[in-house]
Amino acid sequence: MADTTVKKHREPLLHIAKRDDMVWWKACLIRLSAILLALLLVGIISSLLTGEGFGGVYSIMLRGAFGRIFQGKTSLLWRFFQQTAILLCLSLAVTPAFKMRFWNCGAEGQALIGGLAAMVCMMKLGGKMPEWLLIVVIVVFSCLAGAVWGVIPALFKAHYKTNETLFTLMMNYVATQIVAYYVYLTGKGSGIIQPVSTGNLPVIAGLPYLLNILIVCVLMVVLFVYLKYSKHGYEIAVVGESQNTARYIGIRVKKVIIRTMLLSGALCGVAGLLLVAGTDHSINTNTVGGQGFTAIMVSWLGHFNPFVMALISGLVVFLRSGAGKVADSFFLNGSFADIVSGVVILFLVGCEFFIRYSVKIRRGKKGGNA
Amino acid sequence: MATQAAIELRNITKTFGHVVANKNVSLTVARGEILSILGENGSGKTTLMNMISGIYFPDEGEIFIDGKEAVITSPKDAFDYKIGMIHQHFKLVDVFSATENIVLGLNEAGKYNLEAAEDRVKTICERYGFEVEPKKKVYTMSVSEKQTVEIIKVLYRGADILILDEPTAVLTPQETQKLFAVLRRMRDDGKAIIIITHKLHEVLSLSDRVAVLRKGEYIGTVNTAETNEAELTEMMVGKKIELNIHRSEPKNTVPRLEVHHIDCTNREGVLVLDDVSFTANSGEILGIAGIAGSGQRELLEAIAGLQKLDSGAVLYNNPQTGNMDNLCSKTPLQIRELGVRLSFVPEDRLGMGLVGNMDIVDNMMLRSYTKGKGVFLERKPPKELAEHIIDELEVVTPGVNTPVRRLSGGNVQKVLVGREIAAAPTVFMAAYPVRGLDINSSYTIYNLLNQQKEQGVAVIFVGEDLDVLLELCDRILVIGSGRVNGIVDARTATKEEIGLLMTKTDGGKQNG
Repeated sequence: MADTTVKKHREPLLHIAKRDDMVWWKACLIRLSAILLALLLVGIISSLLTGEGFGGVYSIMLRGAFGRIFQGKTSLLWRFFQQTAILLCLSLAVTPAFKMRFWNCGAEGQALIGGLAAMVCMMKLGGKMPEWLLIVVIVVFSCLAGAVWGVIPALFKAHYKTNETLFTLMMNYVATQIVAYYVYLTGKGSGIIQPVSTGNLPVIAGLPYLLNILIVCVLMVVLFVYLKYSKHGYEIAVVGESQNTARYIGIRVKKVIIRTMLLSGALCGVAGLLLVAGTDHSINTNTVGGQGFTAIMVSWLGHFNPFVMALISGLVVFLRSGAGKVADSFFLNGSFADIVSGVVILFLVGCEFFIRYSVKIRRGKKGGNA
Repeated sequence: MATQAAIELRNITKTFGHVVANKNVSLTVARGEILSILGENGSGKTTLMNMISGIYFPDEGEIFIDGKEAVITSPKDAFDYKIGMIHQHFKLVDVFSATENIVLGLNEAGKYNLEAAEDRVKTICERYGFEVEPKKKVYTMSVSEKQTVEIIKVLYRGADILILDEPTAVLTPQETQKLFAVLRRMRDDGKAIIIITHKLHEVLSLSDRVAVLRKGEYIGTVNTAETNEAELTEMMVGKKIELNIHRSEPKNTVPRLEVHHIDCTNREGVLVLDDVSFTANSGEILGIAGIAGSGQRELLEAIAGLQKLDSGAVLYNNPQTGNMDNLCSKTPLQIRELGVRLSFVPEDRLGMGLVGNMDIVDNMMLRSYTKGKGVFLERKPPKELAEHIIDELEVVTPGVNTPVRRLSGGNVQKVLVGREIAAAPTVFMAAYPVRGLDINSSYTIYNLLNQQKEQGVAVIFVGEDLDVLLELCDRILVIGSGRVNGIVDARTATKEEIGLLMTKTDGGKQNG
C-alpha cells in the first residue's frame, strides 16, 4: 500500500511548450528586438566601463564602422563593405556544405591556400604573360587550390566515413604552416612579403574595393539560385536531410558529397583570391584572420539564406569595427570588441528559443489535499 | 464495488502546444481488475499513462491512489506509489543478465547480493508462471523474454499497479496467449493492471473493463462482457464503419518477380537473409509475415536495389520487352533505367520514403527531379501531382507547401503511397504501410493495395497484424530469422498456423 505521508505539491511553475511555426514577420520582429536589446546592453556596459554617455558610445561605434560619411569621407564606408563582402564570400562558401550536413570547418585553410595559389602566380608569372591572362590563371589556380583543400576531407568522408569536422580543422593547420614556410622562403627571413604589383585585380571607377564587392554580390545571387532552383541544390538538400532517402531514390551520395565540397572549397579559394589579389597584394598566415570560423556562424545565423547572410555579415563587421573604435578611444584592449560581438550574437542565437517555444506560467491549482 | 479504487484519475488534461493530448479524462481501476485503454494512434493513451508513471505532469486534474491524492512528478515518485510501467520499447542493458537488469538502479538496504536477488526473481517467476532464466544475458533473449524481464523488474520493486503499453505489438500469437495467462494470474493475485492497446480482439479476450479514448477525450468505460467489436469500434472512431476488406480473385496472373536463393549479410556480419526464394505474381497480393526484424526490411530493400546481396538473383519479368532482367546488384537508378517500374513504400516513411522538412511538392519531386532538360528543377509537374494526390486521397494539409513532417501519420502515408502509385508501377512493395494509422486511413491504404492488384500489379505487403494479412492477401510468405519458413494460401490458413511458422527454427527450407 502507498505510504500514508501526504506529499506536498511541488509542481514545476513554468512550463515550456513547443510552438507551431511562427509567422515570418513575428519571427523577424523577435530577432530584431533581440538585436536592439543586445545593443542596449552593450551601450550600458560601455557607458559603465568608459564613463561616456549613452549617445556618445553609439556615435563612436557608428563612426568606427562607417567613418565620417556626412563630412564626405567614404573610405571607411568602403572598407566596411569590403570586409562584409569577404566575410559573406566565406559564408557563402561553407553554406552548400552545411546544407548537406557536412561540417566544413576548413574555410580558413581553404581560403588561405587559395590565396597562396594567387600569390605564387603573381610572383612567379608576373611580367611573363599579359596581365589579363595572368589574372585568368590566378583565378583558375586559386579556385583549384581551394577545391583540392576542400575535396580531400570529402573523399575520406565519402569512402571511409572519417569525421569531416576534425579533418577540415586539421587541414587549416597544414595550410597555415605551408603559408608560413612560403613567407619565410620568399621574405628572406624578414617575415613579410612586400606587396606585388603584378596580377592585381583591376580597380574600377577608381574605387579599390568595388570589384570585390560586385563579385561577391554576383556569387550571392548565383548561390541562392543554385541551392533553391537547381537539381544539384535539390540533391544537396536531400542528402543533408536524409542519406537514406537519397539512397532510396538513387542519388549517388558519394558523388554529391565530393561535388559539393569541390564547390565549397573553390568558393573559399575565391575569397582567398579576393584577399590576396584584390586587397592585400601580399600574404601572411593571418590573411584570412579567423573569418573562416566567423563564416560558420554567419551561415547558421542566416539560416543558409544568402541574402540574410549578407545582413548578418554586415552586422558582424559593424560590431567588430565599431567596438574596436570604442576600445581604441578609451584605451580598452581588443577583447572589448569580442565582448560586444559575443553579447549580440548570444542574444541573436538565444532568441531562436523564443521563436520555437513559448514559456507559460502554470495556472494556480485549487487547494485541497486528500 | 466494495473495494476502493487502486487508482483514480479525475479530469486529467494535458496539452502540448496547441495539441490537446488529454482532455478531462477520468477513470478508475480497482485491485484485481484488468482495465484496457483502447484508442486509435494519437488518441492520447500513452500520454495518459505517462502521467501516471511520472514522465509527464498533468496540466489540470488530480490522481488518487487508494483514495488519497497523489502528486507524481517523477518515475521515482511513481515507484513510491507502487506503480510500474512496462514501456513499448524496452529499457534493458544488453550485456547484463536478467537479474542484473532487474536490480539495476535499485538502492536496496544491505550488501549487494546477486544470489539473494536471483532467488527472489525465481520466487516471482514461480508465483506468476514466468519462464525466464535469471542468469541469462539480455542480448541472447527473444523479444518476449525481454518483455518478461521488464515485467519482473517492476514486480520486484513491489509494484501492484501495472501499466503495459502495447505489450503485444511485438509478440507472436502464442507468446501473446502466454502473456495473457500471466496477466490473469496477476489479476487474481490482487494487482491492478492497465493495458494499452488498439487491438480489439485482445481487449475482448483479456480485460474486465474497457476505457475508450478518442482524440484525447474520454468517451466512456464499458464492461467487456457487455460489449462487442462493433460497439467498441464505434466508440473509438466516432462513427459506424465497415471493417471488411473486399478480396477479389486474382486474374491473369503471371510471375512478375522471381527471387532465387538470395543471401544477405548486414554490416555487423550477421546473415539476415538466408537462401530466400519466392515468386510474386502480377494481379496478386503476396503478404509477408514474421516477427519484427526477421529480414523483412532487408528483403524489400534487396529487391529495390538498396542492399548488397551475397548471392542469388532477383529476376524481373519485364512486360514491355518480355526479357527477364536481373535486378541483383543494381542501384535504384540503374533499375529504373532498365524500365522496371518498381514502387516501394518503406517502413521508415519520414527517414527514407520522404524528407520530413520538405514540402509536399518537393517530396513528389524525389521520384522525378531528374526529368526535364537543363540544370534547373521543374516544379510544375510535381506541384500538379501533389494537388492531385491531396484531392484524390483526401490528404488533410494546410497546403502543398506544408512540410510533410507536420502532417499526421495517416496523411504522411497517403502522400507517400500516392507518389509511389503515381509512378504506375508493375511491382508495388509496401512495408508496414498502416503502422500508426487510424482505422479509416488504414482501410484507405488496404483499398489502394487492392486497386493496384486489380490493375495487374504484383503487390508485396509486409504486415504485422495477422488478421489483416489473412483477410487482404492471396498468399502469405512467412519469414523467420531470414529464412522462408513457408508460403501459405491466405484463404485457408489460420492465425495459429502462421504463428507456428513464424517461430519455426528447425531450418526447414521451402521453395515457393
